[in-house]
Amino acid sequence: MWSIFNYDFIIRAIEAGLLIALIAPMLGIFLVLRRYSLIADTLSHVSLAGVAIGLLLNINPIITALGAAVLASLSIERLRLSKKIYGESALSIFLSGSLALAIVLISYSHGFNVNLLNYLFGSIVTVRPTDVYIIGLLSIIAGVLLMIFFRQLLFISFDEEAAQVSGLKIKLYNSLFMVLSAIIIAISIEIVGVLLISALLVLPVITALQFKKSFKLTLLIAELISVFSMITGLLFSFYFNISSGGTIVLTMLTIFILTTLFKKISD
Amino acid sequence: MPVNHQKNIIEIKNLSFAYRENIVLKDVNLTIHQGDYLGVIGPNGSGKSTLLKLIVGLLPKQNGEILLFGEPIDKFKKWHKFGYISQRAINFDFLFPATVTEVVAMGRYNQASLFNRTKQTDKNLIEQALRNVDMWDFRDRLIGDLSSGQQQRIFIARALCSEPEVILLDEPTVGVDISAQEKFYTLLKKLNQELNLTLIMVSHDMEAMAKEATELACVNQNVTYHSDPQACIRGDFLQKLYGNSSNIIFHRH
Repeated sequence: MWSIFNYDFIIRAIEAGLLIALIAPMLGIFLVLRRYSLIADTLSHVSLAGVAIGLLLNINPIITALGAAVLASLSIERLRLSKKIYGESALSIFLSGSLALAIVLISYSHGFNVNLLNYLFGSIVTVRPTDVYIIGLLSIIAGVLLMIFFRQLLFISFDEEAAQVSGLKIKLYNSLFMVLSAIIIAISIEIVGVLLISALLVLPVITALQFKKSFKLTLLIAELISVFSMITGLLFSFYFNISSGGTIVLTMLTIFILTTLFKKISD
Repeated sequence: MPVNHQKNIIEIKNLSFAYRENIVLKDVNLTIHQGDYLGVIGPNGSGKSTLLKLIVGLLPKQNGEILLFGEPIDKFKKWHKFGYISQRAINFDFLFPATVTEVVAMGRYNQASLFNRTKQTDKNLIEQALRNVDMWDFRDRLIGDLSSGQQQRIFIARALCSEPEVILLDEPTVGVDISAQEKFYTLLKKLNQELNLTLIMVSHDMEAMAKEATELACVNQNVTYHSDPQACIRGDFLQKLYGNSSNIIFHRH
């Protein structure tokens, strides 16, 4: 059983995974409550284009994914504020546009040397030693920012107009929120994969919401589900040699189904 | 703090506003004094809510002047002096996971209170606000589980928490049942008379406003101001405001 810790790559994956699991619900709870789930999907596809650029130019793909996602997040926010197109249209332009770019780049370089599937669905073997440092640094930055501005984000999510009248700079907080989403999505891409990141952010929160508790308690429950699913998923991924993104999200989904069933019976 | 009814809190001069080509407000002049309880009435689409949104800066000013506490609105920074209860507040997400205390605490999240706060002052202000609206016993309940009348009181408590001087309410009694409405009006009277707050309330319920408010502003593109609401209701003014063809039904309870 403990032989697992003889492999450096799984220790790296668990370290990075735990950081991501801890920070994901802090962002996810706002994504869910503000009906912004599609933003996570869009930014993760943008990150894939970033990964493709990084692999092509031989730069660490987390860095290029981060750059692409931050740039896209700010552009989406601008496009939405301009009111020239619908907010959701802005998202789909970026989602399909960046996916198209990623596919072109990948096929141009004949699939690179890495397995594209790893970036689509997540894999524990993709996490390199430097990645853990990058993920660590970025998740600390995102985590600290989220903790500092948590209350303001909560007020804005609950009642944007009243928050604005009370003197909160809504545009500033919305941009900050978009950048934080970009950071967290960029660091999650290796372990969870582009296609499953939004599930990582959203599923534990949706499950926690079923308990109908206070905001603080809901977040705490989401954190527990997130961390538990991350560890369970990574272990399954290791022992059965399957995609980690898939195992993590399936664990979360199982908990969601069990919770809903339990709620149904107990009501 | 003694109330100075001569002190101008909000001054509106020659204010006009249009959504694209659609003129909503035209040459509005209105002064609101400290301690006023101003009812803003008018037909649907007359610009009542627009006027309120312009005052609190939710809509950008196009023409004219708005002075808040003597300062032009673009330069005004002391937004904690204003509490705003929007129509949307009532239509909030009922599944939102927040307790009454968590919602009221949001009133402490603005700039002014962020840099000038201790946990204990926050706690005291939250308790005081909840006691003022008679909802202290509900502090641990989820906001979505309360009736709309109770939720309304919680939003008032949230506004009270930022220690405002003015509270603006946009159609707060919509969807609140009659008996809860009466309690709500009693609460507003208390805020105005005991806590010396200036109230500005948009409502379609003219009769209630004429009874409760101390001043009336009748909006229909422009604003006619009445310092005696009862006289306004008695006269033929409302007929003019709503047009002769419309029937105004007063329901007495």
